[in-house]
Amino acid sequence: MTVLGFFNYWVVIILMMIGLYCVIARGNMIKKIIGLNLFQTSVFILFISAGKVVGGSTPILREGVEVYSNPLPHVLILTAIVVGVAITAVGLALAVRIQEAYGTIEDDHLGDDGEDDGPFEEEQRG
Amino acid sequence: MRENGILRIVARFLIPLIMLFGLYIQFHGEYSPGGGFQAGVVVAAGWILFALIYGLEAALKVIPERVMYVLAAFGVLLYAITGLMGVILGGRYLDFYPLLPGEHAAQQFGIITVEFGVGVTVATVVMLIFTYFARRKSEWEALSEEEPE
Amino acid sequence: MAIVDLMPFSVLAPLIASGVVALLPGRFWPWAITLLAAIVATVIAALTLPAALESTLSYPFGNWPPPIGIEYRVDAANAFVALLVAGMAALSLPWAKVSIDREVPERQGAFYALFLLALAGLLGITLTGDAFNVFVFLEISSLATYALIAHGRDRRALLASFRYLIMGTIGATFLLIGIALLYMMTGTLNMADLAVRLPEVQHTRTVDAALAFIVVGMGLKLAMLPLHLWLPNAYAYAPNFVTIFLAGTATKVALYVMVRFIFTVFGGEYSFTVLPLAIVLMALGVAGMFAGSWVAMFQDHLKRMLAYSSVAQVGYMVLGVSLFSAAGLTAAFLHMFNHALIKVALFMAVGTIMYRIGSIKLQDIRGLGRQMPWTLTAFALAGLSIIGVPTTAGFISKWYLILAAAEAGHWWLVGLIVITSMMAVYYIWRVIEAAWMQERPAGSPAVREAPLALLAPTWLMVALNFYFGIDTRLTVGASTAAAEALLGVGGLMP
Repeated sequence: MTVLGFFNYWVVIILMMIGLYCVIARGNMIKKIIGLNLFQTSVFILFISAGKVVGGSTPILREGVEVYSNPLPHVLILTAIVVGVAITAVGLALAVRIQEAYGTIEDDHLGDDGEDDGPFEEEQRG
Repeated sequence: MRENGILRIVARFLIPLIMLFGLYIQFHGEYSPGGGFQAGVVVAAGWILFALIYGLEAALKVIPERVMYVLAAFGVLLYAITGLMGVILGGRYLDFYPLLPGEHAAQQFGIITVEFGVGVTVATVVMLIFTYFARRKSEWEALSEEEPE
Repeated sequence: MAIVDLMPFSVLAPLIASGVVALLPGRFWPWAITLLAAIVATVIAALTLPAALESTLSYPFGNWPPPIGIEYRVDAANAFVALLVAGMAALSLPWAKVSIDREVPERQGAFYALFLLALAGLLGITLTGDAFNVFVFLEISSLATYALIAHGRDRRALLASFRYLIMGTIGATFLLIGIALLYMMTGTLNMADLAVRLPEVQHTRTVDAALAFIVVGMGLKLAMLPLHLWLPNAYAYAPNFVTIFLAGTATKVALYVMVRFIFTVFGGEYSFTVLPLAIVLMALGVAGMFAGSWVAMFQDHLKRMLAYSSVAQVGYMVLGVSLFSAAGLTAAFLHMFNHALIKVALFMAVGTIMYRIGSIKLQDIRGLGRQMPWTLTAFALAGLSIIGVPTTAGFISKWYLILAAAEAGHWWLVGLIVITSMMAVYYIWRVIEAAWMQERPAGSPAVREAPLALLAPTWLMVALNFYFGIDTRLTVGASTAAAEALLGVGGLMP
């Protein structure tokens, strides 16, 4: 096979690298989540392209069709997509609350949180 | 966005169709592509379109937040209890054969019930996620409007 | 009902209960139902273990025979880890009541539902015999964990949770990539079936890459040294109860998944020849032991100190795996169990201090030993266990690790283990010294001893540390069986 024969895998690799770069290099949390989404999507494409059977039709029982694409990867990736949506939702919810607590979602402005920057909410009890 | 006539009319037109399509996917899930996940998301999308155009308050009148929350847990429980029925009637967990006498009928009954649970949970959870984010924004706007005074 | 029919209910009980608990109002019933579900899971796991020691149990879901259907496949290794996870949940929940009432005053139903989801996810990971199911359960438990960590009162809990979310998701997605590559090569997702079919396609680049992705992905969830960055803050700022539960279970389950893939699915022989796992894991394990202990020595925040100590303890376990022998794996499983006991006890003691004085900085606990003698004595005794003093559980696992290292001819490792134990002496001693040798700062309010609801579970954990330090039949027996089960499938029996 030629290089172009692996077209889908090139797409997967490029998307994956863009996503990882976004997660690592961007300070903005929303951009990090977008990068994470891209990264996951690339894996979805990897999985889905594994299920393609050359010349296969949609996996629905009907007359005159002998070769089906493999439906299993689709089912699995549906689950993975749901997981991805849930992660995005939790990530965005955290970003909203970080914005409310710190006033920013830029990593650079948050500084390192090694030191205490506020008292615990618990009151002292004797 | 309520003032925009085009949006309002198109939405009034589209929302029933979206809901219908959602139900179609839901109830054809056991023998053709479809099922609870997809149907739930489609139904929720219809509701979100409604909320975007008529406002969150109107949308929450259609289905209050508490109801969504209860329904989300109900869907999970429906799934779990259908699975348990298989055990109680002498099979394995999620085993549908003991549920009804006919093999095909039993499988279809089991899958439809389980997928209904999935659909309800997915739809309500997606709505809940939207509600929480949307309400944050309106609270935020209310806060920032108060601040300058 | 045979035990095999009961087995999946240790996962289903928390899963079903989470749906119920989410709807319950108030503060008592959510907790009570959660405790009930955890106890049910523990009892079932405890019943499963003896049966799993004899033969591998298999439960096909929906009566679809594997490898088409999803099965729960339980041998000594998962049964042991499942008992550990469920047991830690059941033991830490009595402690949780008072503490959570303080830290999460509202919407406790949702909080406990999340906890149950995390528990069900962790148990699901351990019991399932399906590779994709591992990913799904991993994400269920991780998502619940992110939300639980974000419940911390300190606003830095949000940041810690977000960073954990980013790193954890990358780790889990790496696992998914590995599973996708395996599926492309073999067309199956059942672990036992994978193990049968992989030898035909071994030594293709795809399978090698799959192994690498899975090891790195699980290394992230496991907090193996260079990938541990999420752990200290996540542990430090989560609600105390969440920290206790995570310290006892989460990293252990990740280690189990890694070991399961390395030894059962790929086969130990193959994994250790394709990747230089022996060297890499050993180097990372030793580096983790040193770096974790070193940083822990200079932490003033007690929970962060214990979190870095956890990084070091993960190093011991990884070291045991890297030896690639029955003795090494036994030591790894043994330390998995014993470390859970130790850390749960230590975090309980620290959480109890935080409950009373609202802070766990080293300077704030000065002179506290006389005012909260029971709490700090518990801390000191659990500290003895993490150092590895004889008659404690910590000693047993370090002893077996030393034996395994000696058996493999790595005598220098023995020295390193002893040195890191000395470092543990130092960081535990700092706390003891501050609490007993120093005076309470003038002007600080008088503190009463902690309530019994917190002390009793803490002391129970301390007692268990000593019990399993003396009676090692259960732990050593089960660990040995687990190691043999993992190595047996790979075709290597020393």
